[in-house]
Amino acid sequence: MRTFDVADAPHVPAPTSVRRVMGDVLIALVPGAVAHVWFFGPAVLVQLALATLVASVFEALLLWLRGRPVAPFLGDLSAPVTAALFVLCLPPLLPWWYTVIGMLFAIVIAKHLFGGLGHNVFNPAMIGYAAVLISFPLAASSWLPPRELADGVLTLPQALAAIFTGALPAELSWDAVTGATPLDRIRSGVIAGEMISELRGDPIFGDFGGKGWEWIANAYGLGGIYLLWRRVISWHVPVAMLGTVIVLTLPGAVLDPDTNPFPLAHVFTGGMVLGAFFIATDPVSGATTPRGRLVFGAGVAVLTLVIRRWGGYPDGVAFAVLLMNMTVPLLDRYTRPRVFGRGR
Amino acid sequence: MGEAVAIGTRRWRFHGGLKLRHWKTLSLERTLATCPLPERLVVPVGQQRSGAPVPCVRPGQLVARGEAIALPSSPDDVALHAPAAGTVRQIAPAPVIGRGATEAPCITIDVDPDGPDAFLSPITPWATTAPAALRTRIREAGVAGLGGSLVPTAGKIDAAGDSAPTLIVNGAECEPYIACDEAQMLAGPERVLLGAQIIARAVGAAQVILAIEDERPELAERLAESAASLGDAAPAIVTVPTVYPEGGEKQLIRVLTGLEVPGGGTPLDLGLLCLNVGTVAAVHDAVVEGRPLISRVVSVTGRGFGAPRNLEVAIGTPVAWLAAQAGGYTDAIRRLVMGGPMMGVPLAHDDVPVTRASNCILGLIAEDITPTAPELPCIRCMECVRVCPAQLLPQQLFWHIRAGSYDQAANHALADCIECGCCAQVCPSQIPLVDYYRHGKTELAAQRVEQERATVARLRFEARSARLDRQEAARRERLEAKQQKLRSARDRKAEIAAAVARARARKQGNDEDL
Repeated sequence: MRTFDVADAPHVPAPTSVRRVMGDVLIALVPGAVAHVWFFGPAVLVQLALATLVASVFEALLLWLRGRPVAPFLGDLSAPVTAALFVLCLPPLLPWWYTVIGMLFAIVIAKHLFGGLGHNVFNPAMIGYAAVLISFPLAASSWLPPRELADGVLTLPQALAAIFTGALPAELSWDAVTGATPLDRIRSGVIAGEMISELRGDPIFGDFGGKGWEWIANAYGLGGIYLLWRRVISWHVPVAMLGTVIVLTLPGAVLDPDTNPFPLAHVFTGGMVLGAFFIATDPVSGATTPRGRLVFGAGVAVLTLVIRRWGGYPDGVAFAVLLMNMTVPLLDRYTRPRVFGRGR
Repeated sequence: MGEAVAIGTRRWRFHGGLKLRHWKTLSLERTLATCPLPERLVVPVGQQRSGAPVPCVRPGQLVARGEAIALPSSPDDVALHAPAAGTVRQIAPAPVIGRGATEAPCITIDVDPDGPDAFLSPITPWATTAPAALRTRIREAGVAGLGGSLVPTAGKIDAAGDSAPTLIVNGAECEPYIACDEAQMLAGPERVLLGAQIIARAVGAAQVILAIEDERPELAERLAESAASLGDAAPAIVTVPTVYPEGGEKQLIRVLTGLEVPGGGTPLDLGLLCLNVGTVAAVHDAVVEGRPLISRVVSVTGRGFGAPRNLEVAIGTPVAWLAAQAGGYTDAIRRLVMGGPMMGVPLAHDDVPVTRASNCILGLIAEDITPTAPELPCIRCMECVRVCPAQLLPQQLFWHIRAGSYDQAANHALADCIECGCCAQVCPSQIPLVDYYRHGKTELAAQRVEQERATVARLRFEARSARLDRQEAARRERLEAKQQKLRSARDRKAEIAAAVARARARKQGNDEDL
């Protein structure tokens, strides 16, 4: 008689892992990050390195405090994903300690205090972003003008100096390096009674959205297609979110084109594309049923548009995602799919 | 029972499922052979899902091959026959295949290879035999679902009655490695095709089809050749896309008809009768050769065996003996499994007998089973939802079971889980999801038993209270009556005393008058 160790079926290990999923998200962010560097200079690389380091330190510290094994969880790459999404939402010259505070809120409060990987109710990156935006509204919305509108971009040493010491090159001032984003411009312009057609004459606008911005959005879209192809995300959230934006803004843009931006302007400005493919698709804080994800995506779109039109912030993707995160238990409950062989 | 559904050329898709590497050629490189008899057979008696047949032999008794050794105790059972001639050694509990250390009553037979056969008489020509006689034969021969369910085939056929169902022979062996049905069809396609025709006659089937996977062209060719030689009455050979778990009855029916077997129902609700290839071949043998179900084809395969192959094995043959016939274990073997890699039962040792449900003995090496990543918390990625053929929410089931909310799990249709393992196979967090579902089902079953027990206890208590109340009431009534009687007696006494007093008074008065 020969004996064997037993373990239950299936006797085939899964060919995938959390690390692979998160790694794919990081790969998908590469085109967007490259576009970012092209239009805003290497400062974003400094921020990415800083945020990833800080996030990993917080992650390791909290895992240790919670008595969890550090290595497997640190290796799942979820902290770098949070760090990257946080950085790509904020201006590249953000002072370094704002980034540290953002990661504190994202990793320590939003993630680990709720139970760590898989248990966070809210999207950690968006909690970090919201914390910084609410606490330091000016710094968190002071974007550099993209390359085409400025005389080049800051070099790496200049960026390091700006981020860590707040010192800008002698010939520049903060007023000169920071300008209104296209969303700010539309918002303040419409409030001031300017017509969209006049506004679009402003050099900051490109074909659909802002100059530079629209190319970054394209790059995020490219990454999103990669995620869909790798089946890291399903089509439900991006389609529902972008579709809802277009459907809801089209009537206004057709009937009153002077005060309502064209639908594609909504899609290609701000964080809409990044949000649709990378943020609202976060599995942990999103709905888990197919129909639930459709409602989730549509809800994020509606809330973003409401915030953009009537809210106090120029872009609302982050707040929209956080608000929809709260509805997830309800969505999961009421959008359960029909079971095979049974009625609804 | 539904109107029989005709199967046309259109194919449907079932939700979810997986494309898996099939590994079939591993055992199919060698042709089907008959496994030599071991010295001793251990035939488990309780192989049915419900109840168990009762042994009808005594230790020391000589039995012939094919002689009944246990008889059914209910219509849900079938008879068990001696897989080989020899002497009954003992009837006692012995280790059998199952989760954990499982023992079941077994009839052990010391094999005499030169012993006599005692088969039933062949029914020829079956084509003109009354359907009822064919059904009786299928029952006598102890044919049961060899796909693993072991549902008595005669019971299924009887349930179909005269509904003229569509007969589907399930040749879609979707689980990797398992190739026992394919080996059987390659070696003797006419047995399967004729078996299907016999069953069609027994139930008056309107249409007969044999479904196989589309990635087995060689098999399709072989079957088509054989079917052509049988003429028009031969079953139609249809191919279905190769997706795991297509061999599941419900999934196959969905693909062939676009219909879903109602939850908690059977294919007969759609007018369909679905039988496994091995079962159909066993029916052929029972009718044409009079041979009861005493052996089955087993795939002994996997890289843990020296010479993987398919063998016709007498029921009760020890797994260790079977392994020796397949080139023995290789040094690399790490896990032994009864069944396929997706749903198979792990074996703690090889001193267990092959049953009628054993379709595959799988030897896996380290490379097959080493986890590729550590187990992590669920990240709610929904991959499990995408692949679940029962259209459940595996992630929610896992969550509720882990939290001990078994009622919530039941509410999320845990009972509809077919334990196919697709969810665990795609889980990036590598959570053993099916373990949780099995645990949840066990807990719910225990709760049901507990509840029934509680209900019985409550009813008993209520009956007792009612009885005591009744007794108490009766006692009170008796007491009341007695007191009444006593009171009336007292009253009478008082009346008498009063009458006496009156009489005495009258008498006194008379005296005074005097």
